[in-house]
Amino acid sequence: MVKPIATLRSASGVPTGRLALWWVIASEIVIFGGLLGSYLLHRLGHPEWSTYASHTNTWAGAFNTLVLLTSSLSAVLGHKAAEAGDGKKAAKMLMFTCLGGLTFLVVKGFEWTYEIQHGYTITANGFWSFYYTAAGLHGLHVIAGCIIMLFVAADARKNKELQRVELIGIYWHFVDLVWIFLFPLLYIAK
Amino acid sequence: MAQSHAHDDHAHAHGNHHEEGWFLKYFWSTDHKMIAKQYLLTGMALGVIGAYFAYVFRMQAAFPNKPVPGYGLVTGADYNALVTNHGAIMIFWVAMPVLIAAFGNFLIPLMVGCDDMVFPRLNRLSYQIFLISAIVLAGSFFVEGGAFGGAWTSYPPLSAKAEYNLTPLGPTLWLAAVALEFVAFLLGGINFVTTAMNSRAPGMKAFDLPMAVWMIVIASILFMCSVGPLIAGAVMLMFDQTIGTGFFDPDRGGDPVLWQHLFWFFGHPEVYVVLLPPLGFVAEIITTFSRKRLFAYKTVLYTTIGTGVLSFFVWAHHQFIAGVDPRMSNVFSVTTVLISIPIAELCFVYIATLYAGSISFRVPMLWALAFIAEFLVGGVTGIFLGASGADIYFHDTYFVVAHFHYTFFPIAIIGTFAGVTYWYPKMFGRHMDETLGKIHFWVTIAGFNGIFIPLFILGAAGDHRRIFDYSNFPELASPELQAMRVFATVSLLVMLAVQPIFAWNFFRNMWKGKIAEANPWNANTLEWQCPSPPPHGNFNPMPEVYRGPYEYSHPGRADDFWPQNSPT
Repeated sequence: MVKPIATLRSASGVPTGRLALWWVIASEIVIFGGLLGSYLLHRLGHPEWSTYASHTNTWAGAFNTLVLLTSSLSAVLGHKAAEAGDGKKAAKMLMFTCLGGLTFLVVKGFEWTYEIQHGYTITANGFWSFYYTAAGLHGLHVIAGCIIMLFVAADARKNKELQRVELIGIYWHFVDLVWIFLFPLLYIAK
Repeated sequence: MAQSHAHDDHAHAHGNHHEEGWFLKYFWSTDHKMIAKQYLLTGMALGVIGAYFAYVFRMQAAFPNKPVPGYGLVTGADYNALVTNHGAIMIFWVAMPVLIAAFGNFLIPLMVGCDDMVFPRLNRLSYQIFLISAIVLAGSFFVEGGAFGGAWTSYPPLSAKAEYNLTPLGPTLWLAAVALEFVAFLLGGINFVTTAMNSRAPGMKAFDLPMAVWMIVIASILFMCSVGPLIAGAVMLMFDQTIGTGFFDPDRGGDPVLWQHLFWFFGHPEVYVVLLPPLGFVAEIITTFSRKRLFAYKTVLYTTIGTGVLSFFVWAHHQFIAGVDPRMSNVFSVTTVLISIPIAELCFVYIATLYAGSISFRVPMLWALAFIAEFLVGGVTGIFLGASGADIYFHDTYFVVAHFHYTFFPIAIIGTFAGVTYWYPKMFGRHMDETLGKIHFWVTIAGFNGIFIPLFILGAAGDHRRIFDYSNFPELASPELQAMRVFATVSLLVMLAVQPIFAWNFFRNMWKGKIAEANPWNANTLEWQCPSPPPHGNFNPMPEVYRGPYEYSHPGRADDFWPQNSPT
């Protein structure tokens, strides 16, 4: 498809793709904001939830935090490579990031299996409902990010649409940042 | 594109190829003008369904337990489902798609002087998701137990448990439809905001944007910033409905009032999301038909932004009797009454624009003036409801119903008619008929007031809005009160009876109307500087902008208008 003139203009000075992405992230912030705000208010009103929270596996959460942060680093390195016009390297870095996302999901899978086997299901009580809903919504973002990253990497390998490497990186940092909020709220606060 | 045409030529002429061409043109187009028309027609079709629902439940209110012509006997469950979906359809599937999506799509690229939206395929996807959401909603009427009947606000526990609402599938489908609709408008909104920010014609500064563009952009931003918590809430409510979590179930540590907060945190800014676009249309129309500059352009803009910010701090006025802390009620009473100041200011600004203008009462101008007059009634009656003390009495009465119809009818119906009659020559390259337009205008306005003035009185007399048969309530079933219910319903019938005139005027003149020139109203904004209807790509050559949109009756010029792209 031929791009319309509209897509190529940049009256605000910010490239169109990046501008749109910031708006996507703005709307995502309020989605997670609404969910986490609801959780916080419930949590403050239910001191007994801290006993439920003590059953979460903080070490698994900490490991996943490390994995996500590392994957963000490779996204930045990918951006740097794309800026230098090295699409092959950018694609490789994005694949590392993807691998990080995958590791995150596998660890999450083990955690959830263990918890569900011990009776801590989504319907067990309010804490677990929020735990699965918030982490699940975040997990969907990780999955979506990985899938989009595969497409961006496939293009980047052929040195096409290199500006998208930066965009998917920004999105990935956002996904990372959401986890930075989820980790203390769901795991550390006992 | 070119390739597929070549392919067509080589292949033998099958009926299929014609089908494909037609399909590609009308259903798979990425052209912003076609997508605008898709939204407009889908929204208008759903408007007919919403109006039909209103007809059925108003007939039941006026003539209880008599079969309604064209429907049959209305049961209590039917009544609830009809009222619920009338509200939901009119806001989510009529006001939103027509005012924001249809006009946003049509006007933004034309008014900023570019050839399309920044993301044309995302735009197409947005319409397709919207269409699916409408189909899901329509489908909810045909599932076991019938459509959801727990009001468009969908409060739990009624909406959360099938034991209470007796519609096992309806609430979930309803919620899914609303969530899909939100996704469609998030995609659309991102497109609108980015297009207006980035794709303006060379020379066009932010303060050269026509008010209609500003209003749609601000509305899209308000939507984006307010809908998130409700999307989260919708996921939570859907889990409560389907897998048995207890987010909103007090027995299990949940909180039903939390839903009300999440809903109205979105729900009140949503009023301004749908209000702002028609306010923008009105600004375009009254300047054109009074040949005056818009009074205080920047003030209008800053006032609108102020209104938008304030609209995030008024939501709890919907919950004064829901058990919220009275100290909180006081705060929200104050913010609610405060927000009437900027809106009143906008009304004054529009009246000041008209002052000493050379006004011509063409059909779009009549609709624009009616918008101001009728919305004013809606605003003034809102002050009663914003005061938490008075609201305890008025809450959930027909007074509330009449109040918000005096806001939403001007927004969704008058605003649409104003926009459609004004931009029709640009959309279809032909004129609508003025006489038919005026007949339609006067009867619609008279009918509308005939419906809702009695409802104010009935509400003050104590009519509760969710009662399906007043004969069960002797003190409300008096002949005087019943006569007013009948008057309102008859007014509705009169109003509905003239809508086919509009439909005839609208559809017939697409082919038979007087041919419209490029700039039939002698307006300044860029959409009038390209051919009617605009070709693919809109402008040739692409315009440059030299001045603001409202330079009418400029002293020292022979013409009383001065197009934005005219170098001299």
